[in-house]
Amino acid sequence: MSAEQFDSPHIEGLLDDMVQQLLAHVRDHDLNEYALVGIHSGGAWVAQALHTRLEQLGHKVALGTLDISFYRDDFSHRGMRSQVRPTALPFDVDGAHLILVDDALMSGRTARAALNELFDYGRPASVTLAVLFDIGQRELPISADICGQRVALPPGHRVELRGPTPLTADVIEKGPQ
Amino acid sequence: MIAAPSSDPLQLTRDGQLRNFISIEGLPRSVLEQILDNAASFVDVGDRAIKKVPLLRGKTVVNLFFEASTRTRTTFELAAKRLSADVLNIDIARSATSKGESLMDMLRNLEAMASDMFVVRHADSGAAHYIARHATPDVAIINAGDGRHEHPTQAMLDMYTIRHYKGRFAGLKVAIIGDILHSRVARSQIHALNILGAEEVRLIGPKTLLPADIDSLGVRVFTDLEQGLQDVDVVIALRLQKERMDSALLPSETEFFHLYGLTEERLRHAHPDAIVMHPGPINRGVEIASEVADGERSVILHQVTFGIAVRMAVMSMCMSGRETEQPGGRADHGGSHATPR
Repeated sequence: MSAEQFDSPHIEGLLDDMVQQLLAHVRDHDLNEYALVGIHSGGAWVAQALHTRLEQLGHKVALGTLDISFYRDDFSHRGMRSQVRPTALPFDVDGAHLILVDDALMSGRTARAALNELFDYGRPASVTLAVLFDIGQRELPISADICGQRVALPPGHRVELRGPTPLTADVIEKGPQ
Repeated sequence: MIAAPSSDPLQLTRDGQLRNFISIEGLPRSVLEQILDNAASFVDVGDRAIKKVPLLRGKTVVNLFFEASTRTRTTFELAAKRLSADVLNIDIARSATSKGESLMDMLRNLEAMASDMFVVRHADSGAAHYIARHATPDVAIINAGDGRHEHPTQAMLDMYTIRHYKGRFAGLKVAIIGDILHSRVARSQIHALNILGAEEVRLIGPKTLLPADIDSLGVRVFTDLEQGLQDVDVVIALRLQKERMDSALLPSETEFFHLYGLTEERLRHAHPDAIVMHPGPINRGVEIASEVADGERSVILHQVTFGIAVRMAVMSMCMSGRETEQPGGRADHGGSHATPR
């Protein structure tokens, strides 16, 4: 059962904070133009929420989504997810500065799969990882430059984001692998 | 060999995932819809800079074509390659089977090369089913057309095309015209349309080209083309299979075109938004007029494009179905003496 919950106002606060980190990152790196890419499904919701906030602040930013089902490294154990959503990148990936957005960063395997998929569309100038929750427990050399909150979880647990609106999250026990 | 009955344990894992794709008959609607949904994701892969995804990397797919085919074989090959599989094309006419090697011996040899999937085309009904029963359970079997029985991936690409243009199956009237008797495509289409909930499936053709048991398939039969076309949403013209006609079923091709050829004039009886499909290859001026095949309602070339995505979906689903299969969840492979791997 649910050990911990993150309600909608809490997540709204994290998103506001992420927008500030994002704008600082854009400023520090002199990015004139950049695009958000959300990983289905949680990451796409977070990317949409960030996009809405950026637009309200007068920033015009392209928004894309990525489904990494075809690029997972556990395909041979877990098989194909029944519902694969289309990847939609309505901009040229070649030479673009991309902010890759996910709901939670844990092993780093999802981010690795996302990078592989992005490079099949072109050669981005840079990719920055932005996550709502950083859980730790990394298995690959990947880190997030933009992070809403670091969360320490008991073994065998994960964070599940519910959305798209309102966004809430629960800490739940992992299902059988 | 006789046509195989529906065989769910052979096609589905215990938890309902596709493991072999032999026939449409006997599959649940959810599996057919999953094929269409997955295919939709694969259509986009064809538009990418790099038209490849790594799902079947390191897998070996063997195209086992005992019967001539260009389009089906090449689209299966392209589908496998876009999934990053390695592909072997075996031209049976030139292989050792023509030197007297038995089918089972050849299968054992291909299994010993650690193949993961056989795509089988054969002139005998039930051939893919036979191979699925006798090959090691580690190999996935996909039927690429067996005699007059079924051609399930062709039917699924047709279903994909219909759903793409019409958005639904409920309320649709679909007419299939021509040589139903020899058509494994028609048989698979009829099953798929009924399972997916099309309102009405009509078969139009001369009595000599309609199978005797046709009423059991849940269809309306017309021998008059214009009557049959009345108000339909989808028109599927079938190829007249001259190579399978071993008796005097038709007076002549000219006579067939005169009575059942799809012309612009006759197409006026269909719904104004009707689409025209054909599984190819086309006999222009026999079952379809060039003006229709190349006309604005024709979606024939889109069928080919969608066919690659549908075959990618079926191949990856069969592979993932067996990868995730629980021990003991395998079907009973009566008569199998599988090679250890």
